[in-house]
Parts: sequence; structure tokens; C-alpha cells
Amino acid sequence: MNPLSIARRPRSPFIRSERSVRDIMRDVLMALVPGALVALWLYGSGVVFQIGLAAASALITEAALLALRGRPVRATLQDHSALLTGILLGLSLPPLAPWWVPVTGAFLAMTFGKQVYGGLGQNPFNPAMVGYAMLIISFPREMTLWSGTFGDSPSFSTSLTALLTSPDESWWDSIARATPLTLLHDGLKTTMAKGLPLPDPALTASILINLAYLTGGCFLVFRQALDYRIPLAMLIVLLAGHMTLQTFGGGLLGSLQQLFLGSTMLGAFFIATDPVTAANTPRGRWVYGAGIGAFTLLIRSYGNYPDGIAFAVLLMNFAAPSLDALTRPKAYGHS
Amino acid sequence: MKTHWRSAAKLAHQGLWSNNPALVSLLGLCPLLALSTSLVNAVTLGLATTFVLITSNGLISSLRHHLLKTARLPLFMLVMAAMVTAVDLLLKALLPELHEHIGLFIPLIVTNCQILARAEAFASRQPIPLALIDGAFMGLGFTGVMVLLGSIREILGTGHLLGQAEQLFGDAAKNWSVTVIEDFDGFLLALLPPGAFMALGCLVALRNLIMARGTPQQPFQHVLLKDHSGQRLSPSKGSGTSA
Repeated sequence: MNPLSIARRPRSPFIRSERSVRDIMRDVLMALVPGALVALWLYGSGVVFQIGLAAASALITEAALLALRGRPVRATLQDHSALLTGILLGLSLPPLAPWWVPVTGAFLAMTFGKQVYGGLGQNPFNPAMVGYAMLIISFPREMTLWSGTFGDSPSFSTSLTALLTSPDESWWDSIARATPLTLLHDGLKTTMAKGLPLPDPALTASILINLAYLTGGCFLVFRQALDYRIPLAMLIVLLAGHMTLQTFGGGLLGSLQQLFLGSTMLGAFFIATDPVTAANTPRGRWVYGAGIGAFTLLIRSYGNYPDGIAFAVLLMNFAAPSLDALTRPKAYGHS
Repeated sequence: MKTHWRSAAKLAHQGLWSNNPALVSLLGLCPLLALSTSLVNAVTLGLATTFVLITSNGLISSLRHHLLKTARLPLFMLVMAAMVTAVDLLLKALLPELHEHIGLFIPLIVTNCQILARAEAFASRQPIPLALIDGAFMGLGFTGVMVLLGSIREILGTGHLLGQAEQLFGDAAKNWSVTVIEDFDGFLLALLPPGAFMALGCLVALRNLIMARGTPQQPFQHVLLKDHSGQRLSPSKGSGTSA
């Protein structure tokens, strides 16, 4: 036998997907379009500013750090992963946050969430959520500057003013609108407990945007760009857990509403499913998704922050390596 | 005499740079990370640690011929604990306001592994003068990193520097607070524990970068491609770059 043939023998996996990282990332970017358009319609041009600034900052940071590490810059940037991180972060930010929020957030995400670990594929935590968590811990006031609801989006000049200048409190009080989850979190809890419904325009906006992300997510499942197990497990646990809480008097919403509030659908289909930081085995993915759903519900119901997707995802990112080790499928022929 | 100077200079280089307790051996991280939230806290803890390092090194070196070898570690700890108690009482007497803020961490100096490490690795085997010099420079190396980390975190976290300096330097220092960044609400993460780890990580990385610049690049691949007999394997195409 020719000794060279051992070295030249192709290595597993023998069945390969023809799709590259770049193709999958492009699919994900396309699937984000409906959600982004609905966000633009509801929250005004601030959405575009946030996405643009976060994406630009993510790309520039990634390029600078790749150059510092002596890695190929252009080829790596073309896998679109930095772009996707920036866009996901931009979509999670409040549309009227000042310009330095997306810029700092994307910088921190790419630096401390990705490149310090060695770049794409090596990062244990979802970079976009690392950036988001750092921002919401450091700048709690700026991270709650939501404005606009169904049929009441802030004008272009308002968005620009909020982005470039730091307006005072009274200016904010005139335009800021709390999100349904924030309303639930502070103050309205008492009203909700009495069975009063949420204010309608805010709720409609939240449901519309979540439906748009759900559409994009279904497109990705159809294209097999993501594993249906993670979002399905997360949504089932969120719903079932919420109904359980309601039975014991803890839940504050109609049962289906929990699924269409905050960034539930964005988190379920676009953030929890990040192939690098999620669990990899089929059974591990069920557990991983279920864990995110459970943590989200717990943080929403009992935590300090109105929405808990980011922290839930980061917590389960911690668990993913152990989940993979515990749920490794048995090799054929082994008992 | 000349050799003495040379060994003192060597100790200084080790303490301040090549074997820096905070950047190289990464010892004593608990107080380092907990109290580097402001420059004043950092300086205080750095100086207190330096004092303990010098005195415990000196005492242990002078007792080195009389200590039971099998029971040396508890004995070292006793000496260090005595010195830490002395610092604690001194701070309480001289700077009561500051002691109220950081008093919790002063007894913790005794758990600083760096002090035990210097006692075991150096002071218990060396003459008194060398042990004192070693303690001083190890302490100064630690203080230096504390000051750097404290400044970075205070500037990023609050936008100011030298806040509450009067607690350490007396009433004359009341106006020492410098505004470094105007109109800045503060980057809260820098003051929280994760920020401490990130800032220290960046300092370690910076030191490694400076060290790497100074030495010629290691022929990295050659080391990897040698088998056990030291023979170089021929790099086959594609085997190393399949990722």
C-alpha cells in the first residue's frame, strides 16, 4: 500500500454540505429583512441608524483586530459573520439610543465576545449578546430609550436629534414610549394583576414585529439554515412555563402574548440558534432551547430586567459544551 | 560589593517586570481586582501589601535558620498575619475614613499568595538584605500594576481621577480630583468585577506584546512538526490547513 495514500485519504465527514459559512450568513441576513422593515415602520429611521452604526463598528473592529492578530482581513470579513453580529446588535438596541451606544456595543462584542477567544468558531458566547449585556449593565438609562408604537413612529428629525445630541430629560419625556415588557415590569404589574389589558398600540407593535421575525425564522427553517429544535423547544417551554405560572397566579399576560413580546422571536430564531455557541447534538439542542426558554421566563417574571433573552442565551452558552458532552449520540455499533 | 549591586538590580528587574506578581505570576488577584476601582484605593492597598511583603520577608529571612522545616508554612503564615494585623491597626489609627471604605480587604492581604510565595521561594533561603530588597521591589511591582489598573478603571468608570484623595493624603488633597473626560456619566462595567478582569487581561496582553516585540519570533512551526526523536517531519500538503 502506498504510504502516501494514508495522508491523502479524504477525512470525515464524507458527506459534505456545499454551503459555506458565507451562504448561511446571507440566508440569515435575508431572513432578517421582514423584521427590520416592520421595525423601521414602527420605530422610525432610528432603526436604520442603529443597524448601520453597529454593523460599521463591528466590521471596523473585526478588521482592526484581525490585522493585529496577523490574520487575513478581507477573506475573513467576507464570511459576513461580523456584519451579522453588528446587525443583530443593532436590531436589539433601542432605536433612539445615542450614537455611541451601538458603536461601543459592537466594539465590545467583537473584542471581548469574539476576537479575544480566537475569532469565529472559537467564541463560547454569542458576540451580539455579549455586547448587548455589557451595554444594558453599563448604560441602563440609554438602553430604555424606546419610542414609537403602532401608527406613531418618531419622525426623521426626532431620530436624528436623539442620535447625535444628548437631549435632556424633558425632551425625552415628551417622546419616549415604554415597551409592553417595561410597562409590565414597572408599575403596571398592579393593573395587570387586576386583569386590565395592556395598552393596545404598544402591544400591537410588539406582536407585529415578532410575527415578522417568526416569518423570517420559518424561512430559515425551510432553507435548513437553522435547526428547528432550538426555537421550538424555547417557545414550548416559554408557553408551558407561562401557563404554569398563570395557574398559580404568577403570570400576568394572556398565554399567547408571552410569545409575542419583547425580542422573543428574534431571540428564538436568530440569536439562540447561532451555530458556534449553541449546543451541537440533537438532544443537546432540545435541552439548550428549553433552558433559554426557562431562563427567559424566569428573568421576565422575577428578574431585574424587563427582557431576559440576552442573559438567558449567555447562561445557556455556558452550558452548551457540557450539554454536548452529556448528549453525545452513540456511534453505530457501540452499545 | 559590586555583586551585591548587581543582584539588587536583578531583583528590581524581576519584581518590576520579568516576574511581576500581578502581570506574570498572576498572584494576589483577589485584592488586586477588588480594590482597583479607584486610584486612591489602589495606592493604599498596594502600599499596605508592600509594607507586609518587606517586613514579613525580613522577619522570615532572619528566622530562617530557626524554623522547623516541616512546619514552615504555618509559621510563615503566622509572621504574615502579624504584619497584616499591624497594617490594619496602623490604617485604623492614621486614616480612619479610608479604613472604613477598604478595611474589609486589609485582613485579606494575608491570603495574597504572592507574600507566601516570596517567603517560601526567596526569603527563607536568602540573607536579610536581599530578602528586604526582594520584598520592596515585588511590592512596588504589585503597586505599580494596582495604580495602572486603578487609574484605568476610575477614568473609564467615572470620568474622573483621584476622587476622594483626601482620605489618603489629608485635607490638602480635597481638590485633587481631575476630570479626565468631560460630560461623561461613566462606563459602569469598568467598575464591576468583569471590567476588572478585562482590564487586567488587556494589561497582561500588552506586557506579552512588549515581550514579543523584544525577542525574535520563535520558529513556531518547526517545533510543532518535530516528532519524539526530534526529527523534523516533512509538512504534507493540506494536513495542517484542513480547517
